[in-house]
Amino acid sequence: MTDQEVIALINRTLCEEFELDPETMHPGVTLYDELELDSLDAVDMVVALEQAFQIRIREEERMRQIRTLGEIHAYVLEKYHALAS
Amino acid sequence: MQRVAITGIGIVSCLGSDLSTVEKALQEGRSGIVVDPRRIELGFRSPLTGTISDCDLSLLSRKQRKSMPDFAQWAYVAATDALKMAGLSAEEIRNPRCGLIFGCDSSCLAAVEQVDQLRRAEETHGIGSGLIFRSMTSTITMNLNTLLQTQGACWSLSSACSSGGHAVGQAAELIAGGRQDVVICGGAQEINPESMCSFDALGAFSARITDPEAACRPFDRGRDGLVPSGGAAGIVLENFDRARRRGAPILGEVLGYGFSSDGEALSVPSRTGLSRAMQMALAQAGISAPQVDYVCAHATSTPAGDFAEAVNLHRVFSDDGPWVSSLKGMVGHELWMAGAAQIVYASLMARSGFIAPNRNYAEPDPEMPPLRIARTAIDRGPRTVLCNSAGFGGTNAALVVRFRV
Repeated sequence: MTDQEVIALINRTLCEEFELDPETMHPGVTLYDELELDSLDAVDMVVALEQAFQIRIREEERMRQIRTLGEIHAYVLEKYHALAS
Repeated sequence: MQRVAITGIGIVSCLGSDLSTVEKALQEGRSGIVVDPRRIELGFRSPLTGTISDCDLSLLSRKQRKSMPDFAQWAYVAATDALKMAGLSAEEIRNPRCGLIFGCDSSCLAAVEQVDQLRRAEETHGIGSGLIFRSMTSTITMNLNTLLQTQGACWSLSSACSSGGHAVGQAAELIAGGRQDVVICGGAQEINPESMCSFDALGAFSARITDPEAACRPFDRGRDGLVPSGGAAGIVLENFDRARRRGAPILGEVLGYGFSSDGEALSVPSRTGLSRAMQMALAQAGISAPQVDYVCAHATSTPAGDFAEAVNLHRVFSDDGPWVSSLKGMVGHELWMAGAAQIVYASLMARSGFIAPNRNYAEPDPEMPPLRIARTAIDRGPRTVLCNSAGFGGTNAALVVRFRV
């Protein structure tokens, strides 16, 4: 997958999991304020992304610091490339 | 003591998921019992069950459904239908004087799913956020509380197959004692095979597989076991004076609630326990047995249970009793939901002017004391109704309701 394809799959996964409007999925959008996700959603976001990309996300402290969709994109891309290499 | 009005009802049952469909089915004596092929594959002794097929759950978002097992979603549908009938807006119930009490004694499928996931993955990580809330016995009231945002009583009550009856009774007590103005109450029951397998193992289910609609035969001589079923019943109970002041539709009035326990056996009901609950309910209602004109019986179609209820009914009503019917010949045994569903069904009968039949009652059991069983629908609505429910361990609930006919 290209980076754009990875980002598209992240957005699609989150839109489906949390019934989000695809129009709102720009990198600067904040997860908890603007998309109105909560701490329980964060648990399910990790599970959904792990299943979509067959990756393991275990850095809970780093996940807790993520605030925007763009930061999710960067984090998953990093994991995806590490797995590919 | 405050008077307690019924101002709204809602139901999701194997007869239908809206009041008019269920009302028509009750009047016609229709059965909602089917054979579930999956139970045959799983090695059940009996694949007979009630089933819910047409409940529209689209009013809940995916996020909301994530923490709700199917029966809690059905309970939400039933509760919102009841609130709509009562004419209570979201704003009017968002205060500490409005509460929730539902009967529920398990949430089995969610408990199985979480352990399945753990054993498969050998870690908890992938279980996700929903299963903890789906697997708790209080799942109905905890979820409805966040959806409806009531701020008063909020708990689920567990007493096996009398859970729904006790939930309605306790809700009525809170209003009668002046501690709540409105309580949305009821009961709900899951239907999946996982939740029924250990009950099937007791050999308590009917084996009349070739004729599902004739399988559940309360009080009939040929009864051979119950048929498990489920769904959800929702009832709005309200302080009578308050309901009248705001011009709410008053369907009826809860006059009395009686409770008792057998103090005897796990699975065999006693000859006196249920009658003590009935007598307590009649005493609180301030009426005598001859003033009851219909008993909505608990009878599930088991040999011992129906016999015990007949003996208990005879202790209260002697030989000249009121009309009796158990609706389980149509809806099966709705278990945790049953006692609350009876209030909804009886309200529908009163509203439309009929007494629903005891389906499949063909031949009296010569061992039983005589009962005045309604073999077919009676063309006259019940005014004063006694609803019985009884559960494993010998826990009994009786409710006396007076309808406006």
